[in-house]
Amino acid sequence: MALTVRDLLKREERFSYGHRLCPGCGAALTARLVMLAVNEPVVVSCATGCLEVSTTIFPYTAWRVPWIHNAFENAAATISGVEAAYKALKKKGKIDKDIKFIAFGGDGGTYDIGFQALSGALERGHDFLYICYNNEGYMNTGAQRSGGTPMCADTTTAPAGKVIPGKMQWRKDLTTIVAGHHIPYVAQTTLHNPLDLVNKVRKAIETPGPAFINVLAPCVRFWRVNPADMIKICKLAVDTCFWPVFEIVNDEWKLSYKPKEKKPIEEFLKVQGRFRHLFTPENRHLIDEIQKHVDREWSFVLKMCGETQ
Amino acid sequence: MKKRVPLTGNAAAAEAMRQINPDVVAAYPITPQTEIMMTFAEFVADGLVDTELVTVESEHSAMSACVGAAAAGARVMTATSAQGLALMHEVVYIASALRLPIVMCVVNRALSAPINIHCDHADTMAERDSGWIQIYSETAQEVYDHTILALKLAEHEDVRLPVMVCQDGFITSHGVEPVEVLDDDVVKNFIGEFKPWYPLLDTDNPKTYGALDLFDYYFEHKRQQFEAMKNVPRVYEEAAKELSKITGRQYPKVEGFFLDDADYVIVVMSSTAGTTKYVVKEMRKEGKKVGLLKVRLYRPFPKEEIASLLDGRKAVAVLDRAYSIGAEAPLFCEIKSALYDAKVKPQLASYVYGLGGRDTPPSLIRSVFEDLISGNISKEEKYLGVRE
Ligand SMILES: Cc1ncc(C[n+]2csc(CCOP(=O)(O)OP(=O)(O)O)c2C)c(N)n1
Ligand code: SF4
Ligand SMILES: [Mg+2]
Repeated sequence: MALTVRDLLKREERFSYGHRLCPGCGAALTARLVMLAVNEPVVVSCATGCLEVSTTIFPYTAWRVPWIHNAFENAAATISGVEAAYKALKKKGKIDKDIKFIAFGGDGGTYDIGFQALSGALERGHDFLYICYNNEGYMNTGAQRSGGTPMCADTTTAPAGKVIPGKMQWRKDLTTIVAGHHIPYVAQTTLHNPLDLVNKVRKAIETPGPAFINVLAPCVRFWRVNPADMIKICKLAVDTCFWPVFEIVNDEWKLSYKPKEKKPIEEFLKVQGRFRHLFTPENRHLIDEIQKHVDREWSFVLKMCGETQ
Repeated sequence: MKKRVPLTGNAAAAEAMRQINPDVVAAYPITPQTEIMMTFAEFVADGLVDTELVTVESEHSAMSACVGAAAAGARVMTATSAQGLALMHEVVYIASALRLPIVMCVVNRALSAPINIHCDHADTMAERDSGWIQIYSETAQEVYDHTILALKLAEHEDVRLPVMVCQDGFITSHGVEPVEVLDDDVVKNFIGEFKPWYPLLDTDNPKTYGALDLFDYYFEHKRQQFEAMKNVPRVYEEAAKELSKITGRQYPKVEGFFLDDADYVIVVMSSTAGTTKYVVKEMRKEGKKVGLLKVRLYRPFPKEEIASLLDGRKAVAVLDRAYSIGAEAPLFCEIKSALYDAKVKPQLASYVYGLGGRDTPPSLIRSVFEDLISGNISKEEKYLGVRE
């Protein structure tokens, strides 16, 4: 049974208020919704990044569940160890309850530096859910480019300058790469509709074996958007098909949302400061290229999901 | 009932691991350690242990998974060498700072470049400031004994620190020796049940591990780590005494051989102590007053014992199978520092030897004693057995 907002309101907040993430931060809402969705006993591991540094500034913690931060690139390896310990102690009868395991990593900690550890943990088949809260850059360290940063975004290591208009590479399609591990549950979503994330987390956590969800979670600070518009930006991300939302259950792709009318990519780009430099006559061709790329990626997802244009 | 069996150093480590029966082992293959992991994997496959073996995709993940498992409340072990230990480096510091009693069998091997698979101690010397306890083994027997001792030490309430049990790559790891192995039950009773502190799997009492710790708390937390290490000598002695009662063998932090009346002393660790013992015996027959000081416990460094044992000697040569390029070799540097308080300071000589597995036969050890006896001592670091 799918969870409703009413169900969530009755639940204890396991990711509490009082953390120091920016108001309107997508990572904060992601963590909150994930922790509302999971009401079983759970252990969380978290990679270095905005979510980690802003929620556990000693002697405070926003986590009302057992939580471990080890380093930047090893959230998946760390949770592998926790899960292995659980299996061992359960076998010996030292633990009787059922416990769930979740790892959180940013796009830097997942697409880039932690990619190997993630791939290894998926291949080994640990029973855990990996949440990539993807804000498309290394935000904790001041908005450097990552493998998940989109083409032309203005970042601090690939800045929009006089001759180079921001990052000059396409982002990698991590969700498809993860799907290549043929794990039982893979999904991609954003915060356009909180229940979409919540119910995907439910499915993922109830599926034995590894599960992965890639959540586009805007960084209001470095995308340079109005914090109050965070959800609106997520809606634009899905309505322009910049960020298709779908799930892959046992290799079956299924589209979760298809916009009635696909909006042009400008609508998504123009509300964000990180793309402001594209809106000059001489950079018009870049927007056209981004549109073409979005179209190609969207066609790919439609094809995989057996949908028509 | 003890039994004597022919074992390599690697097999001795694996046998100790089998008897310890850890909850989780996460490891990655690397020569010359791989045999430990392969032997242990056979134990798992044959149902001889209850361990969850996590066959990680790198040593970085090996130590990361060990940290996760230990924080979860499991008894955890691993093994590595050289590049593997170097790759773990970041997480090696995290394991000790989170006070996780992980035991790691390290088979010492030279660090690249140039790539080389043979023994020197550069790999573990690079971790000497990491907050891990380090024990160095001369023989396969010591590998076995030290591994069991290490577990007891790591898990002591007043310690709660990880331990590296080091042995010399190939020389010890692949050399077969008779090893006296204890009964499984004896080992089980010696190490006892592991009762973790603040386990993550106690979901009714949630704890946060690895919080952000800034200038207002970091220093105090580090200070606590220093304090825990100060408890190690006392706990080590207690545990070593208890193990001695079972095995009949002694495990002093530093061990003398013909040391009492020796004027000329070599200080060395691991397998070369064995070679040195042979040379000492030979030279004693010739009436030379030579002796050996073997350092077993390198971290924490038994400074006082070393100072008192070397005080008043005529000359001391420190043999390092490691280096600090641009400064004094690590063991030499620390011996020299320990002797600052000596009443009668011996003359000191520094020798770097055996890098990349270069053989160090008795003739070379003898040449060092001869240097000491003839007064051929300079402040320059010397390189034993190198082609100049
Ligand atoms: C091994 C290592 N390299 C670099 C860093 C510095 N660092 C900390 S967080 C971070 C970026 C995190 O980016 P991401 O994973 O996307 O999370 P976000 O901060 O965006 O939430 C970097 C580069 C580190 N802590 N460890
Ligand atoms: S910088 Fe961005 S990701 Fe980090 S807390 Fe602020 S809004 Fe969130
Ligand atoms: Mg990020």
